[in-house]
Amino acid sequence: MLTRLLSGDTPRSSLLTVLLLIVLVSLAFAPFLFPGTKSLETAARICIFIVLVASYDLLLGYAGIVSFAHTMFFGIGAYGTSLALSATGASYWSLLWGTAAGAVVAAVFALAIGLFSLRVKAIFFAMVTLAVASAFAVLVSQMSWLTGGEDGLNYKIPRELTPAFKLVKDKVFDVRINGKLLAYYLVFFASAILFLVMLRIVNSPFGRTLKAVRDNAFRAEAIGYRVVWYRTAATVLSAVMAALAGSLLAIWLRYTGPATTLSMEIMIDILLMVVIGGMGTLYGAVLGATLFILAQTYLQNLMGVAAEATEAVPLLSSLVAPERWLLWLGVLFVLSVYFFPAGIVGRLREGARGR
Amino acid sequence: MSEQAIKPRIEKIPLSEQVFRKLPIFLVPLLALAGLIAIGNPASWLTLTVAGLAMGMMVFIMASGLTVVFGLMDVINFGHGAFVTVGAFVGFTVLAWVAGWTASPSVLLNLAAVLVAILAAMLVTGLLGYAFERVIVMPVYGDHLKQILVTMGGLIVAQQMIHVVWGPDEMHLSRPEALQGSVVLGEAAIEKYRLVAVGIGLALFLAMRHVLKKTKIGLLVRAGVENGEMVEALGYRIRRLFLLVFMTGSALAGLGGVMWGLYQETITAHMGSDIMVLVFIVVIIGGLGSVEGCFIGALLVGLLANYTAFLAPKVALISTIALMVAILMWRPQGLYPVVKAK
Repeated sequence: MLTRLLSGDTPRSSLLTVLLLIVLVSLAFAPFLFPGTKSLETAARICIFIVLVASYDLLLGYAGIVSFAHTMFFGIGAYGTSLALSATGASYWSLLWGTAAGAVVAAVFALAIGLFSLRVKAIFFAMVTLAVASAFAVLVSQMSWLTGGEDGLNYKIPRELTPAFKLVKDKVFDVRINGKLLAYYLVFFASAILFLVMLRIVNSPFGRTLKAVRDNAFRAEAIGYRVVWYRTAATVLSAVMAALAGSLLAIWLRYTGPATTLSMEIMIDILLMVVIGGMGTLYGAVLGATLFILAQTYLQNLMGVAAEATEAVPLLSSLVAPERWLLWLGVLFVLSVYFFPAGIVGRLREGARGR
Repeated sequence: MSEQAIKPRIEKIPLSEQVFRKLPIFLVPLLALAGLIAIGNPASWLTLTVAGLAMGMMVFIMASGLTVVFGLMDVINFGHGAFVTVGAFVGFTVLAWVAGWTASPSVLLNLAAVLVAILAAMLVTGLLGYAFERVIVMPVYGDHLKQILVTMGGLIVAQQMIHVVWGPDEMHLSRPEALQGSVVLGEAAIEKYRLVAVGIGLALFLAMRHVLKKTKIGLLVRAGVENGEMVEALGYRIRRLFLLVFMTGSALAGLGGVMWGLYQETITAHMGSDIMVLVFIVVIIGGLGSVEGCFIGALLVGLLANYTAFLAPKVALISTIALMVAILMWRPQGLYPVVKAK
């Protein structure tokens, strides 16, 4: 049953299993284990980014395609949901059709970009997506009559998902059972389902073909697979998944703006999460996203302490300043591409096999 | 028998094919003409055209290194933007040191200050290019996926280091006295600096063409672009050649950074990654690896960006994307596809 749920792709390392279980249990009971607004925000962010990073891994790790437009699809999903909610009122119906519309638009965009640039050379794709994504971000911030420009959109979501709605009068384990909690569980279960769907996709014959295309496109073509078709299909699938993750973010934050969905910084974050977690395995996305967001939220405090401690040394203190945490992640990123291209998960699995 | 020397057979290219290959050259005047018709007013057209050419030349300076590096070694450097930024910051720092020169009314001292700044920037970015090639790029030859990832990582680290060295704020600096103000030509006012930028860009393009077509190093580079293994088999160390080209490309990016910084008069740590979008579009339009294509692509992008910024400011960046799409529809490999003998 469990193996079936995981589509036969078990963690294959006891340490990895333990880590994944810790992540799963912590996320599933986050509101009770770590009470407080900040930790709940962090937990929801982790859920959403696990889906987003896994969908990017579908493209980078399984199909071997580098795209810089992933935040564009993420943003299309978020803006789809938020535009529908602000245009047609806070009903579940507008929430649903907005999400669906966002996913469809993302799919069409991905199909167009894929057919256009994957046809020629895979390296074109990275450059074309970089250009298209930045143009899209500029367009969104300029069309302020529709998207609210740089300020973004604030909107209402159905009342049952807001803190004002009380499900149970009394506290359960010292936690208020309100709409925010419902919204968290909506995000959690939606993320879990999307993750399992992706696990199913990569372990299907389609996923195996994708890996064949990644490892030797020429040979795959010779055997009779349409390489362009498979690459484009992977692009479209990952774009739809990213758009759905964007919709979840829009529901959770009740706000959508360029800085939270479309910025290049988020694109770089996703890249770092995939590579550090492990390319070519979806569990890498889980570990990468969790570690990265925890680091983003809590490591900066630690670096602040380190910066204060080394205040006397001029250059060193600015190197460990909290704002510079991306520097160290960048170094870690380069090192992991060289030495552990399979990331944390790859190391763990290798260790398990060696024993 | 010995009289009959074996004549090399040179394939004659039919005239229609020759014309077809040369077609992209006419795109630039064609676009300028279209701009004149759309704008209507010759004076503002002239101002915009010079601005567009200046912008195109600066983008060309930054893009040329990238495209040759790709042609020669199949390496695409996503961290190229870091050299642009570092060049701009070094140049501005030097210009701030010699503030006495830049403020003096003497044109010679002004130009000397700019020259010193440019040389310092090119030196630093050239050395940085050496380090980048050795540390970041060399271990991942031949693997596009890792190249993109690793050079992107290098870009992140370089950007953060700029924050560490120069602080988080943007830098402002006004141009030297001699480069301020504009020349009035009839009704059109043309900024002096833009004319200088066009001059430098044109000189650089001609110099680059000369080096590539007339010198031995240029011959080796062109041969390496077409068939690297054969050049190696003939006893030349293509790695060393590549390192040289990489350093030159980085130094040119630094030069472009100083010029772009002086053009905008404000520089930020992420200016390099912002301008890389334009650089990539230019490189794709021109055809990966082709210097001539890169030049024409840069001019097209510069002109189009300035015309649309005047006619319809909202679609300025979209217009360059549309140009890229249109050109790739016409020629999927870019304007001047580089023929590889592989």
